[in-house]
This record gives sequence, C-alpha cells and structure tokens, in this order.
Amino acid sequence: MKKLFALTSTIALCTATMASANDGLAADIANPDQWAIQTGDYKNQRYSTLDQINKDNVGDLQVAWTFSTGVLRGHEGSPLVIGDMMYVHTPFPNIVYALDLANEGKIKWKYEPKQDPDVIPVMCCDTVNRGVAYAEGKIFLHQADTTVVALNAESGEVEWSAVNGDPAKGETNTATVLPVKDKIIVGISGGEFGVQGHVTAYNIETGEREWRAYSVGTDDQLLVDPEKTTHLGKPIGKDSSIKTWEGDQWKIGGATTWGWYSYDAELDLIYYGSANPSTWNPAQRPGDNRWSMTIMARDPDDGMAKWFYQMTPHDEWDFDGINEMILTEQDVDGESRKLLTHFDRNGLAYTLDRATGELLVAEPFDPAVNWTTGVDMDPESDTYGRPAVVAQYSTEQNGEDVNSTGICPAALGSKDQQPAAYSPETQLFYVPTNHVCMDYEPFRVSYTAGQPYVGATLSMYPAPDSHGGMGNFIAWDNIAGEIKWSLPEQFSVWSGALATAGDIVFYGTLEGYLKAVDAQTGEELYKFRTPSGIIGNVMTYTNGGKQYIGILSGVGGWAGIGLAAGLTNPNDGLGAVGGYAALSDYTALGGQLTVFALPD
Amino acid sequence: MKFLGSLLTASLFAGLATFVSAQDNITAAYSEDGRYFTEDDIPTYNIGEDGAVDWLTYSGFRRYHSECHVCHGPEGEGSSYAPALKTSAIDMDYYDFYDVVVNGRKKISASENSVMPAFGDNPNVMCYLNDIYVYLKGRGTDAVPRGRPPKKEGKSDVIREDEEACLG
Repeated sequence: MKKLFALTSTIALCTATMASANDGLAADIANPDQWAIQTGDYKNQRYSTLDQINKDNVGDLQVAWTFSTGVLRGHEGSPLVIGDMMYVHTPFPNIVYALDLANEGKIKWKYEPKQDPDVIPVMCCDTVNRGVAYAEGKIFLHQADTTVVALNAESGEVEWSAVNGDPAKGETNTATVLPVKDKIIVGISGGEFGVQGHVTAYNIETGEREWRAYSVGTDDQLLVDPEKTTHLGKPIGKDSSIKTWEGDQWKIGGATTWGWYSYDAELDLIYYGSANPSTWNPAQRPGDNRWSMTIMARDPDDGMAKWFYQMTPHDEWDFDGINEMILTEQDVDGESRKLLTHFDRNGLAYTLDRATGELLVAEPFDPAVNWTTGVDMDPESDTYGRPAVVAQYSTEQNGEDVNSTGICPAALGSKDQQPAAYSPETQLFYVPTNHVCMDYEPFRVSYTAGQPYVGATLSMYPAPDSHGGMGNFIAWDNIAGEIKWSLPEQFSVWSGALATAGDIVFYGTLEGYLKAVDAQTGEELYKFRTPSGIIGNVMTYTNGGKQYIGILSGVGGWAGIGLAAGLTNPNDGLGAVGGYAALSDYTALGGQLTVFALPD
Repeated sequence: MKFLGSLLTASLFAGLATFVSAQDNITAAYSEDGRYFTEDDIPTYNIGEDGAVDWLTYSGFRRYHSECHVCHGPEGEGSSYAPALKTSAIDMDYYDFYDVVVNGRKKISASENSVMPAFGDNPNVMCYLNDIYVYLKGRGTDAVPRGRPPKKEGKSDVIREDEEACLG
C-alpha cells in the first residue's frame, strides 16, 4: 500500500492512519478533496462539504476541461477521484481510463476488457455501467458480462477476476460494486430474462466468492434465519419466499439487485433493494412473490438478513425496488433516529428506522401517483405495511389481455436508479424524478433461457393534467413526507444529484444541461449545455486547492429508449395536436466528461 | 386491384417494372383466414373501410411492445442505440427481415457496438413474427399511427389454432 501511493501525498496521509480495509476506504471517503465512491459516501448522501463553489459565485462557473470517452452509448455513474488520479469508466465495452490530474489529465493507463458482444442484446435498456469502485489500492470494475475485475489502481494491471453470472441465461451487469471491510458486494441484472436475483460477496484481496444471498428462493438460498430475520418487526418464518409463489416460478422469479448499496458501519449492515418479479404478467405468478420489491438489510460478513420490507407485494407494474437507500441521522418527535430514506419506482418515498426496519413514513413524492391510495401504517392491522391498490389501475384485477390505462407512475417509476442527494444542513432530499404515466396490458408468455421474458405491452406519456413535461426535480422532507419545492422539467431527470456545503444542488438534464440551484429555494443559479444528454451523476473534488464539478454526458439508458422517439401523446385519440417533443430534437449520442471550475 | 393493374401496365411501358414490384410490397392483394398478403404472397397489413386494422397488425402492436420495444423504442420509432424498425420493415426484403430476427446480426466497429440477438428459439417472437412484421410495415407507411390501434378485425379461428399449435 505504502509503495503504491508513494506518489500521492494526500493518500499517503490517509493510509498512514489506516487500521483495516474498511477504515481505509472510509478515510478516503471522509476526505472531501476526493470522490472515492460512486455514492459520495457509504450513506449514499451524495453530499460534499466543499464550499469554494457556492450559491454566491456558482453563476461564474466555467468549463475547465473536457474528455471524450470514445464511446457513444448511455453514460451513467461518475468518475472517481483518489489523490491525483481520476478514474473514468464507459458503457460497453467498459473501458477504464486513469487520468493523471497532476499532469493535465494525461492518460496514465487504459483498461479495455475483451467481452463477447453477445452480451449487448441481453442487457435490458442499453449497455450502461454505473461506474468503478475503489478500495485497497484497487479499482473494481463489474463488466457487462458479469466479470468482476480488480485492477491495480497505479498500473491498471489485473490483480484478480471472478465471474458472477451467466449472460447466456440473461444474467448481466450494469451496477457498481460496494467495497465493505474485506469484501466487495456485487449485484446482478436480468429481471426481464427470468433470472433468479442474487447478491454476492467476493474477497477483496483474492476475488474468492464468500457468500451469495438470493432474493427469492429456499431459506438456505436466501441467507435468512426464519426466527430472527424480520419483516415489519415479525419473524419471517420458514419458507418465507417459496410459499408466496406458485410452483417453481420463483426459480425464474427475477428480483435482481442492480441498484445502489449503502452501509452503516455502526450497525454493520448493508442496505439495498430487490427488483421486479418476472414476468411482467402478474397472472402468471400468483402470490406476494417475496422477496421481490424488497428493502433488505444484511450483515456484510456472512450475508445473513437482519430485516426485510416488501414495498410492493405481487408487482403488477414493473416497480423495481432497487433505488438507493439514503442513510441519515435525524430527529423524529424529538428523538434522534438512524433513518433510511428510499424513493421507490412505485412513486412512494419511504422513511424507515434502519436498525429495526420499522416503517415510519410512506408518502407519494409525485402528485401524479394514483395506483395506490396509500400504505397501511397501523401495526395492528392485517395489511400493515401494504399499499392499498386502486382496482381501476390493477393490471392483475383487470386481467390478462386487458389494457389498463392511465396508471401513474409508468414502469420506469416516479424515479429510477438516478440517485438523489441529501444535505444535512437543510435536511432535505434532492430528488430527480419522472413525471410519466402509462397504459399496461399483460399477456401470457413462455420462458426460454436467455430470451426476453416480459409479457406486457406498455405505452408511456407525460402525466396528464400537469405541466406537460416528463420530469421534476424536487426537494423532499422525509419526516413530514412532503415536497418542499418542485422544478418542472421537459424531460425526465435521469441524472444523479449532488448537494454541497456551498448551499447549492447540482443535477443534469436529458437535453444536456448541467444545472445548479439554490438548496433552500430551488432557484436556478447556473446552467450550461454539455454536448449530449445527461444520465450520469454529478461529482465534485479538489485538485491543487481548487474545487471542480464533474459530469458525464452521453444520452441513453431507459431514457434513450422511450424518449428518443418521444412518448405517445395520450390525447392523440382525442384529436389533440401532439405537442410532445422528442429528445432527438435536442441531443445526439456522445460520451464526454465535462469538468467545471470558477475562473482563476 | 383494378387501379393497381392499370398502373402496372403503364409502368411496363415506361420500363419501370421492378420499381413498381417493389412498391407492391405494401398493398394487400388478397386475404386468407384473416391474414393479408401482397401479390408476391408476402404478409402485409390491411386497414378496413371503418379504419379497423387486421388482427395480425393489432397483435403485432402488442408483441412488438413486449419483445422489441426495450431496444427499438416505442412503435418502431428507434432508440438512441437501435434502428427504427418501422423503416427496416419497409426497406428490407421480407426474407432478409425474417433472417435477421431468427439468426441475429452484429455490427461491431470502433464507432458501433450494435448486436441484434437471435430470436429463433423464442416462441414469444417466432409465433408472432408475421404479426410484428405487418405491424411495423403499417407504421412505416404511416397507415398505422402511433399508439394503440383503436379498432381491429376479430381473431379468426385459423389464427387462434395456429397460435396454440405454435406456442405448444
């Protein structure tokens, strides 16, 4: 370690105080001059204490330098900065560039894996990748084909690699990994191909597989203790998953794990959500389909589950539960609590006690949400914790081959993976959202390994009777369960937000704007049009004592599918003139990093 | 048909026979058990006088949005990384279109990473390939507008039986 970082003084200081693997990354994260983890910190707050760029001067922001990634597909995630090195990743073919910030961003090394292009079409919704992770002098890349590689951060040499899944069965990857203690935690994609979702831990030094916890399956597959693992405070009991499925459907039951992961070192628990059950036709999988659509708390050492909370039992709309879990310490009724806040695809924002899994708040964070009248908050009730489903919008109750119309939100959710930020100063969450509704018609499909397993026809459109746009950027109070302010956007906001001690919040838009707004009021303070639509996440760091803001452009992902052509106009049948602009009128493909700074 | 006949004759005189034959790839010349074909026996869509689309076009709308939509975008319009199939269904020969769906296709280069998977063993695609094809042709000529076709012909017994036999 010492030798590896001899060149970078900042890191040398950090490593000097290192006690264990866990502490090493924690110290790197705690140093605001770096951006050491995709999520900003273990708590997924995406908050920086840097305040050189602040609400009084952000209007003067300028482009400092740019870097083309050489890849055209959708660019999610963000670069990392460790000491004087910046690590930039790309979508498939998953190139990693190490840029030397002390040497005008010169490419110190480049890693390009050899991957079978057959993995491309098995990836639902573009070949995005949400970035590399760093720990112990290694850069961790989880490739599209599910190969996990550990690269020497100094040289780019492969230190180890492991294969996490089988693309021939539809198992692929889009997510980053989470280094915790002596392990890295790794998820999987492929819910639209009928895979059996799982989370796996690999040894950080050797790449050896340590444990795997399935989201659906038998108790030994789930890594649960039927007596001790709880759901809303009660033991989950024996066979908690398989008895909520008909027959063997759980074996192709989805519940993948392609989102973000957070970690509480004090409680020693990792948090993440599981995705939709497959197929999208609910009639083919009677039951609650546990533990799809579930917030999970697990021990990183052995994977054992402490608690679950299933948000959307028996999904009927493709409301994956994979969005990030943001960990905060806040006062609730005068008492300091360890909270977990989660903005779900289903349009509800949940606040839970993250030690116990107790549900505290569940309220819609988009006024358009209509599929539920709300969650039962009475612990004595038989339906405690369950959302009350509105019959009109129930694709299960309406049945196969029936087109259920006007469901809000659409399958891509009131929010997808694009992560929100939290400012401990304002105690507000800054949330990029989709303001899109849908028609959904489920029908019977048969399963073929490695082939799409969807079973529904969808059409999506901007939320009716609203501002006509497809997105909002909102500030959310997670204790009151209220929107504080909401900025309408023409397109879904598909970029991860960043909050800073400069009282500002940054986010990107699908037209390609990087925007800075006042953290208190939402007032727009700065915007700049980057070369392509933004689906990446805003990050910040310093170099040579100067604060920089970085963002990847490169339109694509889910947004590139639906929006490139423009969504269906819901009023077409009524003879209204279609006024919904296509994203292709605003932006074209292109992967680029744009870095901003104040003028000297 | 009468109109088509006279057009063909006129064109022959002008020496444009092949051109017209290509145009003919769209127009329905006859129907069989609720399915429509061109003069060259290529499946095609049909829009009735009341604006109702044939069953296969309606079915193709549904199947397209289940199997193809996640890459090729809504209603055959294309996405940021996959071509607009409403255009492909017009520009490509039926048998070439069929071949690409069954066997897949790769375009890998420095600037492009485009891979169409092979759907040959996927009954959700193969049992409905003609449905998807005629729907996309209708989209390509704009005979079928965006959105769900509001009116459709009924599903014939033969189509129903063939579907059941195909899905197995």
